[in-house]
Amino acid sequence: MSGLATNLDRFLNVFAAWALALIWVLPLAYAVWTAFHPAAYEARFELFAPLTLENFVKAWDAAPFARYFLNTFILVTMILAGQFILCTLAAYAFARFAFPGRNILFALVLLQLLVMPDILMVENYQTMRLLHLVDTIPAIALPYVASGFGIFLLRQTFMTVPKELDEAARIEGASFLTVLWKVYIPLAKPTYLAYGLVSVSHHWNNFLWPLIVTNSVETRPVTVGLSVFSAIDSGVEWSVINAATLMTSGPLLLAFLLFQRQFVQSFMRAGIK
Amino acid sequence: MRGLVFRREWITGWLLLLPALVFLFAFTHIPAVTTILNSFFSTPRGRRQAKFIGLDNYERMIGDPVFWKVLWNNLWFALGTIPVSVALAIVMALWVNEKLLGRSFVRMAYFTPTVLPLIAVANIWLFFYTPGFGLFDQITGFLFGWPATNYLGDPDTALNAIIVVTVWKEAGFFMIFYLAALQSIPVNLKEAAQIEGAGRWTIFRRITFPLLMPTTLFVCVNAVINSFRLVDHIFILTDGGPDNASALLLFYIYEVAFRFWETAYGATLTVALLILLSLLAISQFFFFDRKVHYK
Repeated sequence: MSGLATNLDRFLNVFAAWALALIWVLPLAYAVWTAFHPAAYEARFELFAPLTLENFVKAWDAAPFARYFLNTFILVTMILAGQFILCTLAAYAFARFAFPGRNILFALVLLQLLVMPDILMVENYQTMRLLHLVDTIPAIALPYVASGFGIFLLRQTFMTVPKELDEAARIEGASFLTVLWKVYIPLAKPTYLAYGLVSVSHHWNNFLWPLIVTNSVETRPVTVGLSVFSAIDSGVEWSVINAATLMTSGPLLLAFLLFQRQFVQSFMRAGIK
Repeated sequence: MRGLVFRREWITGWLLLLPALVFLFAFTHIPAVTTILNSFFSTPRGRRQAKFIGLDNYERMIGDPVFWKVLWNNLWFALGTIPVSVALAIVMALWVNEKLLGRSFVRMAYFTPTVLPLIAVANIWLFFYTPGFGLFDQITGFLFGWPATNYLGDPDTALNAIIVVTVWKEAGFFMIFYLAALQSIPVNLKEAAQIEGAGRWTIFRRITFPLLMPTTLFVCVNAVINSFRLVDHIFILTDGGPDNASALLLFYIYEVAFRFWETAYGATLTVALLILLSLLAISQFFFFDRKVHYK
């Protein structure tokens, strides 16, 4: 290939990559534009249009977003804590203990990768009604606490821990729980970080199940709150809805921009296993 | 003695598993079984208890035009989203993997939709699609002089409009897996091919793409499952309309069970979804298991 053709080829590639990137940020950029400008500039693009935070103030005052944020925060923490504990114990059992029924039970765990709790919402709602948990935050969290994905991911990680380390610790008289705590968990830290980020962003964004099982301000997470807010009627200005939209995704977006590398690597790590 | 140690190991293993299994059974396995059982009963109403009605719910489903409509929609949705988002993901990963001017911005642009809630994405795109006023119409009006179009309100375009949003959201997510796979391909393979005088396209077709095959299969399986799961944006963008033109199976299950409160029929539709997913799992087993080995 001649030098000119190579250069042209390279130029076209860079050009196309950038064009696609610009198309990809366009919807978001548009939302940012309207959220930070007065309603009059919703569809008028002038470089020196006055900037304002008023849309955010209006959105914040129009719906109990502070409460929604608190609910989401409690929800995400609850799920993450539950997942870490349950999945760690189960993954340890699958990785290092021999017992009858292990393979069948592991297959049942993997089944959850296919049949996710969202799909069984009709029955799960009945269960929550039986438990008198409808319209509570635990009701949103419980179906996700034992995650097949988390168990699988941690099992794969625990299996890479050298058996010698495990045996050495046991010879010194450590119990199996101490070994788990002192040997396995510290070595699996990157996996916990990866899984944690994936889990938090997934449940921060989750919508369908919380929509079904909550019906009051005290329990709604931000996603459901946002949908209620933007669906009230068309009377709410677009700029205010966009401000609310950015606000609800704000913390996650900010965390992503700050820790971009960790985020991308975490998603990769979680995906490869 | 040896037997005793084994017995103790068994008990420890079971005890470690117990808490996770309780939750798994309570919210995945048992509901899956009761879904099937309830599909043979009528919906309990007030004091009227559910009674066994055999296959009536299934007969209703077979005769339900909306069921076939949403199933068909789901097929189109899968065909519309999966090939495009996977192809885009490969292209994005190839670009971002190379030395590129402003690479980190480009990568961020591709990946950002992944971190946004689908419900927020829907709000942004709803504005984007607004007839006459939204950016989409403004651009097409400016460039081609097209009149204002109500993409979401027209049965012919509503589902496509939703497909576009889904591709936008998913492609960057899949890109990550390809990026990881690309980084594990040895550089000397590519260099050897270059010395042999192979062009970029040949290298991609003969070396890169075959080596990405396991990733492609993994991504496709994920994409197929997602095509049954991703319905959040429908609530905001079209609410399934107009005339169910953009409703998918899971969305219809939601409507039947939680808007019309026909839980037994909802369970029957869930069984249909479960059967579809298991068929996919079985084909995945034959297609996928031989090529990717989990250690």
